Amino acid sequence: MVLLTAPILIALSTAVLTLFAAGDRRLQQSLSVLGSVALLVASLLLAGTVLNDGPIAATMGGWSAPFGITLAADMLSAAMVVITGVIAVATTVYGLADIDPAAERVGYHSLLHGLLAGVCGAFLTADIFNLYVWFEVMLIASFGLLALGGTRAQLDGAVKYVALNLVSTVAFLIAVGLLYGATGTLNMAELRIAVRALDDDTVVLVTAAMFLFTFGVKAALFPVFFWLPASYHTPSVAVSAIFAGLLTKVGVYALIRVFTLIYDTEMPLLQGLLLTVAALTMLTGVLGAAAQNDVRRILSFHIISQIGYMILGLALFTPLALVGAIFYVIHHIIVKANLFFVGGVIRRLTGSEDLARTGGLWARSPWLAVLFLVPALSLAGIPPLSGFWAKFVVVKASLDAEHYVVAAVALLVGLLTIYSMSKIWLEAFWKAHPDPAFEARPMSGVESVALVGPVIALALITVAIGLAAAPFLDVAIVAAEQLVDPEAYTRAVLGALP
Amino acid sequence: METALAVLVAILVTSSLYLMTSGHMVRFLFGLLLLSNAANLVIFAAGRLTYAEPALIAPGALAPAGSVANALPQALVLTAIVISFGLLAFALVLVYRAHQSLGTVDSDEMRVAEPRDGGEA
Repeated sequence: MVLLTAPILIALSTAVLTLFAAGDRRLQQSLSVLGSVALLVASLLLAGTVLNDGPIAATMGGWSAPFGITLAADMLSAAMVVITGVIAVATTVYGLADIDPAAERVGYHSLLHGLLAGVCGAFLTADIFNLYVWFEVMLIASFGLLALGGTRAQLDGAVKYVALNLVSTVAFLIAVGLLYGATGTLNMAELRIAVRALDDDTVVLVTAAMFLFTFGVKAALFPVFFWLPASYHTPSVAVSAIFAGLLTKVGVYALIRVFTLIYDTEMPLLQGLLLTVAALTMLTGVLGAAAQNDVRRILSFHIISQIGYMILGLALFTPLALVGAIFYVIHHIIVKANLFFVGGVIRRLTGSEDLARTGGLWARSPWLAVLFLVPALSLAGIPPLSGFWAKFVVVKASLDAEHYVVAAVALLVGLLTIYSMSKIWLEAFWKAHPDPAFEARPMSGVESVALVGPVIALALITVAIGLAAAPFLDVAIVAAEQLVDPEAYTRAVLGALP
Repeated sequence: METALAVLVAILVTSSLYLMTSGHMVRFLFGLLLLSNAANLVIFAAGRLTYAEPALIAPGALAPAGSVANALPQALVLTAIVISFGLLAFALVLVYRAHQSLGTVDSDEMRVAEPRDGGEA
């Protein structure tokens, strides 16, 4: 009970406390970092328990399942909460030097921790309507974070982000309504039983299609990703890093959860659609990135292409493919947030994110160039970094399932990723700065620690996952086993019910 | 009654799609408002429409006596109304601010974040 509610409560209370501390910037910052560290500790305790004892569940307000709202954590949920804690700590530390004091005064910290509460809630709930509510919590906080600062580009990006995400939210609500009308329950474990008992395929397919649309928008799948490249490069670096790392992956999590627990993904129609969407998402993302010349805009398109790999893992729906999808999500959140952090340091040093107006950083700070290479090469899937194992497992699973075309697409997209990453490296680090009189803007000691510390920490995690992949793969295997056979999860949620 | 509601939902959804595809942000918001109301009606109809008593439980009893209306869809709709009210209020202010600083609410002309020439945002 405490284990399951702790991550949500810690984030919510930090949001409230930082709101009350609005007059004191130092106090706000300490509370914010402290809250993130507490979140990480709570998530590790949760993950430890789930790893030892299997899935756990708790009912809220004493209303027993399936009538009340149940929170539950299996290995996938617990791992996602841990990764949320890691990114929360990295983002709050990075934000110490990155966030404008004016933004902090008007509620940056509260919105950030509100967002974290929404994300943790979405990972931990076992009730489909409650999932909708957590999505809304997450969404309204992200709206605020995106528009905070109110530059022209931010407002432009925010309008598109808000508009398209609201449409997907309404679709989510309609899907929940229809599913409830057909089955009479909102509890996801009971929905599994109820949906399989339906003799009407139309209801199943219609609601499945609507969930695919709504979570597809959140996860930025082809062809409903347009809000992402329109907005993710506009807010402050810390905000865009947590968006890039964490937010789209909540959509991926929801897809994995709903399409393993509730729906039978091996329906030919559904599986074919998911495979096609996965391949097109990988391709459009990587091709879109090739056309960009701005660090964060290149990286934003790469989020989309990487999402394709995760959905490929889900679509194949073999145990190995699910292991790949889960491992991919974990690896990607770390790597992608880190790339945005490095992009922010590039902007801090050169004053620009436009690759035509950057350069000369190899001579100024070779250590940063090396730090960039770790997540960049990992994203492309170069051994021995984490991305290699993630891509290896997904491609191996698609070859095993004899889906050779998607396997070829996955490998090709990996190659094209190297093109984009080497473009950033050559333009920002290797070439001389276009202005011969260029001097990198100096960073103070505190700034260096706050901006580069999270980059080093996340790079070390990437190398650790790459060099000692076995324990991480073991966790992914346990999580995938619980998804393929959710008996333990449903038993934990429904208790003694048949 | 369900048929009438289904027709109403269909009318609301088609009108909202027409408004949302017009490329004008204010019309888009009106469309969104209609769509979220359509969603509320869907949930309402999904709970089955019956002439029934309110779901009140007598003091001391554990379950209501006789057949009562399904209270869950009402609770869901109420939650959804509150949430969509908040989101729409935010979206309205956002579009107003965007109009103030960008000088347009035509989505085709809003290209500050993604300039046509591919230059820096």
